[in-house]
Amino acid sequence: MRQDRLRVALYALLVGAVLLGLWQALVTGAPKGKGLPGPVAVARTAAEMLSHPFYDNGPNDKGIGLQLLASLGRLAIGYLTASVVAIVAGVVLGLSPFLYRAVNPYIQVLKPISPLAWMPLFLYTIKDSSTAAVLVIFMSSLWPTLANTAFGVATIKRDYLNVAAILQLSWPRRLLQVVLPAAAPAIVAGLRISIGSAWVAIVAAEMLIGGTGVGYFVWNEWNNLALTSVIFAILAIGLIGVLLDAGLGRLSRRLAWSE
Amino acid sequence: MAHLEIDHVSKSFPGPDGRGEVCVFRDVAFSIARGEFVTMIGHSGCGKSTLLNIIAGLERASAGGIVLEGREIRGAGMDRMVVFQNFSLMPWMTVAENIRLAVRAAHPAWSRRQVADDVARYVAMVGLTGAESKRPAALSGGMRQRVGLARAFSTQPKVLLLDEPFAQIDALTRGVIQDELVRMWEASRNTVFMVTHDVDEAILLSDRIALMTRGPEARLAEIIEVKIPRPRTRAELIDDPEYLRLRTHVLKFLVDDGRPADGDELALSTGRQPVLARGSDITGGRPL
Repeated sequence: MRQDRLRVALYALLVGAVLLGLWQALVTGAPKGKGLPGPVAVARTAAEMLSHPFYDNGPNDKGIGLQLLASLGRLAIGYLTASVVAIVAGVVLGLSPFLYRAVNPYIQVLKPISPLAWMPLFLYTIKDSSTAAVLVIFMSSLWPTLANTAFGVATIKRDYLNVAAILQLSWPRRLLQVVLPAAAPAIVAGLRISIGSAWVAIVAAEMLIGGTGVGYFVWNEWNNLALTSVIFAILAIGLIGVLLDAGLGRLSRRLAWSE
Repeated sequence: MAHLEIDHVSKSFPGPDGRGEVCVFRDVAFSIARGEFVTMIGHSGCGKSTLLNIIAGLERASAGGIVLEGREIRGAGMDRMVVFQNFSLMPWMTVAENIRLAVRAAHPAWSRRQVADDVARYVAMVGLTGAESKRPAALSGGMRQRVGLARAFSTQPKVLLLDEPFAQIDALTRGVIQDELVRMWEASRNTVFMVTHDVDEAILLSDRIALMTRGPEARLAEIIEVKIPRPRTRAELIDDPEYLRLRTHVLKFLVDDGRPADGDELALSTGRQPVLARGSDITGGRPL
C-alpha cells in the first residue's frame, strides 16, 4: 500500500517535471516580449500576486483573492439555489412515474443548452449583469442534479418504501429517513457534476459581464497583455475546481452505502 | 374467534403481452386464531408470498378481502409487521438505527431515552449487543435477519408476517434463528402467518399448515394441524412418529403436483393422485 503510494507520487512528480520542461522548451528562444511567458515568469507573477491577494485599487485593479472570492460568491448563490430547486423537483418527479415520463422530454431538451445561451434573455429581463451571471450558474448546475435526483428516487428499491409504508412513517420522516438517504449517492453524483459545470460556466459568464470575478480578471489581464497573470489565473481556476470537487467527493463517501 | 380472516381472496395479474389475466390463486379462505402460528406451504408460483403481501396491505386482492379483528384492512399498517426474505433493512442505517426507526414509529410519544432503552432491549434479545453500530452490509445473512426479527417484534404487532424468513440463511444458522423466533414468539404470542417451502421448518414452528396447489390458479388444498406438543426441539422431532407422518403427508402432497385431497386429509396417503396436465395452460401452447 505505502509503496504503491510512493510510486504514484513519484510518477506524478515526473509527469509534472516533464510538463514544466516542455513548457520551458517551448518558450525559450523566443525573442523578448514575444511568445508565451515561461514557468519562471509565471511563478514570479504568482508569488507577487499571492503576496497581496486582497488589495483593491479600484474597479480594474483588484487582487486575485478578491476576484476568486467574487466568483465563489456567485457560485455559492447560484449553485445552492439550483441544488435546492433541483433536489426538490427531482424528488417530486422521482416519486411520480407519470409526471417523470411527461416532464423528461423537456428536461432532455433543456439540458444540452449551454447556460451562456440564456445570458441575453437574463440581461434583457433582469437588467442586472451580476444577477444574470448568478442565473447562468443556476442554469448550469440545475440539470445534472435534477436528472440524477429524479433517477435516484425513481429507482429506490421497492422494499425500502414497503418498510416505510408498513411503519406508517409520516411524509417528512419518510423523505428524510428513507427517500433522501436511499437516493443520496445518486443525488451527490449529480451535485458533483453540477459544481463542475457551474465552475466552468462562471468564468465565461464573468468574461461577458465584466466587473469582478476571476473570469473578468482573465479577460482584463488579456487586454493588458499580462499573459503571466492570465496563465496564473488559469492555474488558480483549475486548483479551485479540484478543491470544489474534492469537497463533494468527501460528501459522497460519507453518504455512500452498500447493500 | 378468528383473529385474522382471509376471506375468499383471489389474485390476478395482467397477462404477458398485456392481453387477458393470469390468475395466481383463487378463492383462498381460512382464518387464524389469536396467538396462532399458521404456515402456508406450496411450490414457487402458487402465490403464497403474494397472499402475504396482500395481508400486509402492500398489494391488493383482485377479489375478497382481509379482516383483522372484525375490520377489513385497507393498506399497510403497524398492526401487521413483515419479516422479509431479503431482510429489507435500510442499508444506510446501523443495526440500532434500523430498529429505532420501528420503535419510534410504534411509540411516537416516547422520549429519546425510552426509545433507546427499548432498542437496546431488542438488540440484546437477538444477541446483537456490540454490533449496534454496524451497517447491514457488514453483517452475515443470519445476523441481518436477526435485525429483521428484532425490528418486527419491537413494534409489537398484532400479526407477524414471515415471508420465507430463513430462505437466504445458511442451514447451520437457520436452526439457531428459528429457535430465537420461537422464543420471541412464545414471549409475545403474536398471531403469525408464515410462508415457506421448507417442510421441516413448517412442522417445527406451526400450529397449522396450509397447503397450496400449484399455480397458476392455485387453490388452498387443505389445512393440517400439527399436534406435536410444544416446546418442540429439532432433536426430539426427528423421532416423533407424528412428525414423520406429517412430513410424509406434506411431501407427498407437494410431489403429487399439489393435487388436493378428496375427503379427509389422510386420503392422500391412500394412493397417488392423477396428475393434471397443466403444461398447456402454463406455456399457452394449444394442442393441434
